[in-house]
Parts: sequence; C-alpha cells; structure tokens
Amino acid sequence: MLAKRIIPCLDVKDGRVVKGVQFVNLRDAGDPVECAAAYEAEGADELTFLDITASHEKRDIILDVVSRTAEKVFMPLTVGGGVRTLDDIRNLLKAGADKVAINTAAVHNPEFVQQAAQRFGSQCIVVAIDAKQVETASPIIDPPVDWKDNHADLFQRPAPPAPTWEVFTHGGRNPTGIQVIRWAQLMEKFGAGEILLTSMDRDGTKQGYDVALNCAVSEATTIPVIASGGAGTLEHMYEGIVKGKADAVLAASIFHFKEITIPETKRYLADKGITIRL
Amino acid sequence: MIAIIDYGMGNLRSVQKALEAVGADAVVSSQPQTILDADSVVLPGVGAFKDCMDNLDRLGLIEVVHKSIQSGKPFLGICLGLQLLFEQSIEFGTVEGLGILPGKVLRFHFDDPTLKVPHMGWNTLTLNKPSPLFDSMDAHPYYYFVHSYYVVPDNQDMVVTTTDYGMPFVSGIQHENIHAFQFHPEKSQKQGLTMLEKFAHLN
Repeated sequence: MLAKRIIPCLDVKDGRVVKGVQFVNLRDAGDPVECAAAYEAEGADELTFLDITASHEKRDIILDVVSRTAEKVFMPLTVGGGVRTLDDIRNLLKAGADKVAINTAAVHNPEFVQQAAQRFGSQCIVVAIDAKQVETASPIIDPPVDWKDNHADLFQRPAPPAPTWEVFTHGGRNPTGIQVIRWAQLMEKFGAGEILLTSMDRDGTKQGYDVALNCAVSEATTIPVIASGGAGTLEHMYEGIVKGKADAVLAASIFHFKEITIPETKRYLADKGITIRL
Repeated sequence: MIAIIDYGMGNLRSVQKALEAVGADAVVSSQPQTILDADSVVLPGVGAFKDCMDNLDRLGLIEVVHKSIQSGKPFLGICLGLQLLFEQSIEFGTVEGLGILPGKVLRFHFDDPTLKVPHMGWNTLTLNKPSPLFDSMDAHPYYYFVHSYYVVPDNQDMVVTTTDYGMPFVSGIQHENIHAFQFHPEKSQKQGLTMLEKFAHLN
C-alpha cells in the first residue's frame, strides 16, 4: 500500500533556513543542508525547500543549496519559490531537485504549467496554491488577468452557503479572485502532477490544517494533494490525512523546533491505522 | 566505471551521487563511446516517453542502448528507463519504445477517486523471484515511486517485483543482464543505496 507522506518544509532565504509566522517575522535557524540530512536521518518521506530570497541577484544561491543537498540526501526534494521560467525549472532539476513548485508564475500565466509539464513531465511539476477563505468576492489585485476571458469559470463563486476559497499570491497578500477548487482542476488538466495546498488562514497558527479546504480540493482532483498550513499537534496530522483526505502532510516550524518529531508523528499515525513508512 | 546515459532530461545528478555514495565510479555521459566502454550502464529517466525516445534518437543513443544490452554488461533501468525498454507506450497515442523486451506500457486508470495518479510516494515490493539486487529479507521495505504509467511484460517470468496500487503492477523486472525498476533507488534512502551498491558489484 502507498504510504501517506510526512514532509518537512524548510523556508530558505539567502541560503539559510528561516521560518516565518504567517510569512512575517522571520527567524534564522540554520543551514539547509544540515537540516535536510537531519530530516533524512529522522525518516522524513520527502523534503521541501521554499526559497523566499527576495533579491534577484541572489537567486542562484538556492541552486548551490540544492546541489549540496543532493550530494548528501537520497530522498525526494521539492523546491519552490520564484520559479518563473522553463530555465528556472531546468536549473533546479539539474542541481538535484526532483520536483519544482510553481505558484505565482502559474497565476500570471496558467499555460506556463502546461509548457513545464510537457517539457519536464508531470511528475516533477507541483503547483503550489495559497488559499484563503473569503466572505465576499475580492477585488482582483493580482494578476493583471489578461487570460481571464479564456477561463471565466475560474472566477465563478459557488452558491452560498458553500465555503469559498480564493487563490492569493505574494505570501497571502494579494487576492486574485480565482476560485481555489476550479484552479486546482485547471492545473491538473494542464499537467500538474501534485498540488501543494497551503491555507493562508491557518499558516503559522498551529490550529490545524483547513481540512474542509483540503478535502474539497482532494475530492475535486485526481492528483495527490499535500496539506499545508496550520499543523500544531499530532492530531492535526491525523485530521489532515483522514478528514482532509490529504496524500501527504507538510509542516515547518513544529518539526523544525522539535515540538513534534518526524518519528513521533509516524508512530502516532501508524498506531491510528494510517499506512506509514516506519 | 558505470555510465549513466544522459539524454538531456531528468535528474541525473541524483543517480550519479547515489552511486558515488556507495563507492562506485559513475559518469554521466551522452557520448556513445564512453557508454560503450563502461563496465555497466544505467538508463535513468523522468519525463515523457516520447520526448525521451526522441532525445535518445537525436543523440544517436538508441543503438548504444541496444549494443550495451547485447554486450551482456549489467544494465539498470530506472523509472522511465524501465518503460523505454518495452515495445510501445500508450501515452498521447501509441509511441514506439526501444522494443528490447516484449510488452507494453499503460496508464493507470482507477474508478476509486482516492487512488491518485501519479502514483507518488513510498510503496512496498513483493519479491516474485530471487534477484542479485535484493536479499530475500529486504524485499518488503518501502521504495520511492513517482509515475503514471506501468509496464505489462508479455513474459511474466521476467517479473522480479510487484507493487500494489489499486491492483498489483510490475515494479521490477530482470531479464538476463537487464535489471529495471519502476521506483527510484536513488531516492529510496538506505535500502535504495543498498540496491545500487549490489548493482555496482555485479561485474
């Protein structure tokens, strides 16, 4: 049986690991290669690097981090953050990444995902979606949706009282008006091999994953969905998988600061009957 | 020396680093002579079947793969490198493969919506017959998979391992000097490295 995956995520800025609470107030917490090796030793199923380096000139630092990680760690590695061109993807894969996560670039140009999947294969294209539940339709700030007319259905809100989640960009600051579930379906159609779904409402709160959001996306698509944002306890991991129907659960700070360890998480989930690689 | 065939796609560095980690001397090359001179050959692979075949063809490597296998030297196919060995793949229409092994490559289709495609993550193996790459005891640990297609060999005798995902599918084959697997040993941590170490010592 296919095991549910436990994925630690390292936010990397200028080649160093940091973790923000709701993407603000970053704390420096070490060397990404060292962290990756530690997580492998603990039995993590995959690893995700999210590159939050702002400066364009420093973008190549992540390639060096990925390359050094690939020399030491023999587990699947996903790298996201600032992936905008086919060359960005090629360079990351060449450095040793197994999958790349595309976020804002997909919102700006959905066909980019299609091109990437055709060129490199669906198996290495992850679409990262930052989702927020909204009460009223957002005024569209980002992107300048020149493709809106081609995909008008993406902006149609479900009839109330069904909950509505919208895609946000720029670390949850910019609303796009795009409906998360329809967006996930389009990304699947365009060849995404996996969805990394982050609840911006829950991220950093330790209140648990948004299981309603995750379940809705998981049921609406046939590709794997990774639940992200809000894990604070072992029970949250279990809920993400069982109620959220997630194929994998991702967490950052709780693993990073050893509030919960990977072995502890795996043992807990296995004891509750989840298929886990121990 | 082990040659890893470079056809311009995929994460070749991981395969090389994993082989180096178990003490093997491995080069990544698209040079026919380098590959033909190697003691053993690895055909790795991610990406689309047709693109890979096109690239192998463009680089003049189709014949090199055939010759490497005919020479009897140990040959390891990984993921798409397993699928390419068969006659054809039903991916965006029918695409001809290398045709070294009889059989075809099909896409997963499930009625059960909880079975996602790609089959992505860690799954176990059932050992069907002895293989020099597995101790009989270590056939059951988890290995890392990421694929949407699976091979259906005509000849069941070549099946080394099967894996269960909605149904049992063929996750490893051995035919003479050919060893090929659907999962990624180079991404399967300790037990994957153990396999690669055994492969490196085959000759």
